[in-house]
Amino acid sequence: MEEKVKIQVNNFSFYYAGADKPALKNINLPVYENRVTALIGPSGCGKTTLLRSFNRMHDLYHGNRYEGEILLDGQNILSDDIDLIDLRSRVGMVFQKPTPFPMSIFDNVAYGLRLRGIKDKSELEGRVEKALKQAALWDEVKDRLKDSASGLSGGQQQRLVIARALAVEPEVLLFDEPTSALDPISTSKIEELVVSLKDTVTIIIVTHNMQQAARVSDYTAFMYLGELIEFDKTDIIFTSPKKKLTEDYVSGRFG
Amino acid sequence: MKKLSKLPLADLIFGIISFSAAFTILTLILSTIVVLYNESSLAIHRFGLLNFIFTVDWDPVREVFGAAASLYGTLITTILALMIAIPVSIGIAIFLTEISPHILRTPIGIAIEMLAAIPSIIYGMWGLFTLAPIMAEYVEPALQKMFGNIPVINKLFEGTPMGVDLLTASIILSIMITPFIASISRDAFNLTPDIVKESAYALGATKWEVIKDIVIPYSKLGVYGGIVLALGRALGETMAVAFVLGNKHQITPSLLDAAATITVTLANEFTEADSDIYLSSLFYLALILFLMSFTILAIAKFFLLKAEKHYRR
Repeated sequence: MEEKVKIQVNNFSFYYAGADKPALKNINLPVYENRVTALIGPSGCGKTTLLRSFNRMHDLYHGNRYEGEILLDGQNILSDDIDLIDLRSRVGMVFQKPTPFPMSIFDNVAYGLRLRGIKDKSELEGRVEKALKQAALWDEVKDRLKDSASGLSGGQQQRLVIARALAVEPEVLLFDEPTSALDPISTSKIEELVVSLKDTVTIIIVTHNMQQAARVSDYTAFMYLGELIEFDKTDIIFTSPKKKLTEDYVSGRFG
Repeated sequence: MKKLSKLPLADLIFGIISFSAAFTILTLILSTIVVLYNESSLAIHRFGLLNFIFTVDWDPVREVFGAAASLYGTLITTILALMIAIPVSIGIAIFLTEISPHILRTPIGIAIEMLAAIPSIIYGMWGLFTLAPIMAEYVEPALQKMFGNIPVINKLFEGTPMGVDLLTASIILSIMITPFIASISRDAFNLTPDIVKESAYALGATKWEVIKDIVIPYSKLGVYGGIVLALGRALGETMAVAFVLGNKHQITPSLLDAAATITVTLANEFTEADSDIYLSSLFYLALILFLMSFTILAIAKFFLLKAEKHYRR
């Protein structure tokens, strides 16, 4: 099957403010369209740092520095003339912990749409409903859209946050350990959701949990100490990796 | 075993000491109320509650006393001070938490806390010798020029600008309460989790949108608590206001007129109280102020507790 490249990372290095050693060293990695790519590796290997480069989250903090290029549909998103607000509406993100905003369920999901100037009530309602359905949350909240989002359970909040990200119809969705704060049942719901979403968006997921990577992803990148050690189809990484380091990690010998 | 048997006695003594320390506080509050009530009972019987509150006259010669003028001065200076201080303080807090470069955060933060440490009499002296002349010479004539032809509003700025008036007192008060609101708001803003702010940025929000939609709603209760604490401080402030308010028992619409507040009346007139009913009326004023401040602090505490619960979740 021929895969289409959505994001191409070329010779990418990253420096945190004040650090003279790079946190990411010369990364080269393709991300295929409508596939789930998992980033795995021990704590501190740079997987979250890499993930946060795809929507330039590092720009929020002064002094961080990128080198190399990250091409989204062939366009370098690290160049200075990139509109970050536009980039972040194309590349959405879901965080380690549920982050509902202090407003109602409806307003949470509509937030990104309103930021883009959509005021028409029926359009907002339609897109909020669609996003909540995509995030498999609609049936649970349809009768209490006006209630505060903080009243939802942790798993529901995380699906709400996914709906919020989906409402603006991003092309890529970044997941940063989305289930690390959730119980096993909520975790499996989120995992099912991730798999079902890849028809509409390209997904990159950072996870500590190797079984999770094996369950949800099509491709896996193994990182160690800021370097990309091995990238391949997930079943190859987990059954017959080419590098000894990868094999040691996926078989649980370290990490 | 002997050692162990000694412990309960030590515990008991310690328990009694700490209990009596805590009990002293309750006794102090209760005895304050009792003393204020006792001393003012003469005035309470003579004037009643509503009659006292709504009487403007404060005439030691005819022995007619009413709280209205003092209450009016207290409320107007407090409200005006809050109207000036709240936007300024929230601006400071937003700058310190979201906008300022990191090197500036600590020095500006410390400078604001130092403002709160200046004794109020120094604010009063500064108000009388520096601010009042500036107000009389430049600010108040300018205000009269600006609003003089606008009906209703021009009533606020009638009269000769003397600089010793409601407006100057309110400005001094606003400077004094700004550090409270600013530092409590800053602490409340800082409690907004980075990850929630990042989520909004990740949706394409601008800095202003994150502050308006996330940071402020998230810290609302903490900011309210700070405002109510500042309100309590403004109600009770005496020395700074006494210097620049003029101490005149009257109710006029103009902010450029002298007035009186409860605290200023108390500070100025105890030594002059030559009749029992005069003295008793002053205690009555004090009782009203005490109950007002008490209620307001109770409301502040309620908001702060609610805020704390909110953040813990």
